[in-house]
Amino acid sequence: MTSVLYDAPGPRAKRRNVLFSVVFFVLLALLLWWVWQTMDDKGQLKWALWKPFTTSEAWTTYLLPGLADTLKAAALSMVIALPLGAVLGIARMSDHRWVRIPAGAVVEFFRAIPVLLLMLFANEFYVRSTGIPSDERPLYAVVTGLVLYNASVLAEVVRAGILSLPKGQSEAAMAIGLRKSQTMTTILLPQAVTAMLPAIVSQLVVIVKDTALGGVMLGFTELLNTRSTLAANYANVIPSFIVVAVIFIVLNFILTSFASWLEGRLRRSKRSTGAVLGADKVDDVNAAEVGGTYGTGAGGTI
Amino acid sequence: MFDFLSDYDDPTLLGAFWVTVQLTVLSAIGSLIWGTLLAAMRVSPVPLMRGFGTAYVNIVRNIPLTVIIVFTSLGLANIFGVTMGAPDDFEAKAFRLAVLGLVAYTAAFVCEAIRSGINTVPVGQAEAARAIGLSFSQILRLVVLPQAFRSVVGPLANVLIALTKNTTVAAAIGVAEAALLMKEMIENEAQTVLIGAIFAFGFVVLTLPTGLILGWLSKRLAVKR
Repeated sequence: MTSVLYDAPGPRAKRRNVLFSVVFFVLLALLLWWVWQTMDDKGQLKWALWKPFTTSEAWTTYLLPGLADTLKAAALSMVIALPLGAVLGIARMSDHRWVRIPAGAVVEFFRAIPVLLLMLFANEFYVRSTGIPSDERPLYAVVTGLVLYNASVLAEVVRAGILSLPKGQSEAAMAIGLRKSQTMTTILLPQAVTAMLPAIVSQLVVIVKDTALGGVMLGFTELLNTRSTLAANYANVIPSFIVVAVIFIVLNFILTSFASWLEGRLRRSKRSTGAVLGADKVDDVNAAEVGGTYGTGAGGTI
Repeated sequence: MFDFLSDYDDPTLLGAFWVTVQLTVLSAIGSLIWGTLLAAMRVSPVPLMRGFGTAYVNIVRNIPLTVIIVFTSLGLANIFGVTMGAPDDFEAKAFRLAVLGLVAYTAAFVCEAIRSGINTVPVGQAEAARAIGLSFSQILRLVVLPQAFRSVVGPLANVLIALTKNTTVAAAIGVAEAALLMKEMIENEAQTVLIGAIFAFGFVVLTLPTGLILGWLSKRLAVKR
């Protein structure tokens, strides 16, 4: 195999690669050995600590309800943020300055602020100004924070999706005499939504990850929160972290794989215009900087 | 209107944001180093290193940062005894553990950004360089890396901005940075909206110039092909 960085290896390079493999393997083994030893010393390997996960009680009392809350918050946020994001994204492309500028300001503002601040603010706002019962308040606060943030991110995804369509689409619509709103609703949006699907699915990963913030800071009973109750009950800190991490990894890995499968399928399909916003167009470092990666629009680097 | 601010002196408003800046800068340096090493592993000719890099990125990216940060405190510090050189100083320990968690998480994204930068260099360039007799280090130094680095300024800027916002997660293990102070203030004071606005403004001030400067820089530096 060959790449930009190296050629097909000759005899010396092959020897060197074997040496590197051995050294790296030894280092990795040392690290794993240290982890294993420390866990053994602290008694974290005892079967008694892992046994709860083979019984139904740990799952039905702690993990599954936590997972259900995680998924509920993520699903609610997505369902509310999507139409809101579409409206904001379209408003940002409006011909009218008085629509375009406020929409742009809202989008850039909420993208610049950490989700945690939005959640904390929403929580306190609900305490003071509404009668939402205190056991439901964390869910409301988490969803509000996630919706505000992700709607503005999705607004950028929508905008990028519409801009990624060939210009001829709207020119043809104009030529047959459609109005601007008709062009948008019947020609551009349906195609843009198809193009955006992979990016939207991968945004779900970001939302699922961010629900964990509500568990620590607001007492929302999601997976990370129920993990601490579980660990307090069985005194199995490390095992509980490993199990919860694995649940998150599997869940998000399924979403990521689904997004890239969808992207490949859309790219191959004959009916599309060839415009597909891939998952990699949305950085999921807790922040989808579509503007930045996509290189579109003013100030889209935040 | 702002007189309640003087009630908070440990940390003060500016002090809390200063901790946020310190967290950001230290984690940025750390994750740049660790991320570059990971990227080097992922493009290396050694299969074991490639496998490790791929596994690391795919695992760490899918774990919520909050889980990682909480784990550094409850798992690494309490069970594994990793105290980062500050076993008794509670504040310093939490701060350093937060940096460790942020580096471990952000490095996965830095790695992907740098790897995509190396992938933007056409294979033909390296082949041409080999054809005129340049050695491996010369190819790396003169042909591949300059182009790779210039094309990743934009993506890395996005990672840096996301990192700035992610430092708020450190509040989960009690690091006295902006989000923790906001939580405290907002619970004690009546001016919810004003406090929210102050902290929002603080983060806009931190992220907006970074985005504008690095965005401008990435456009100037981009290799036109």
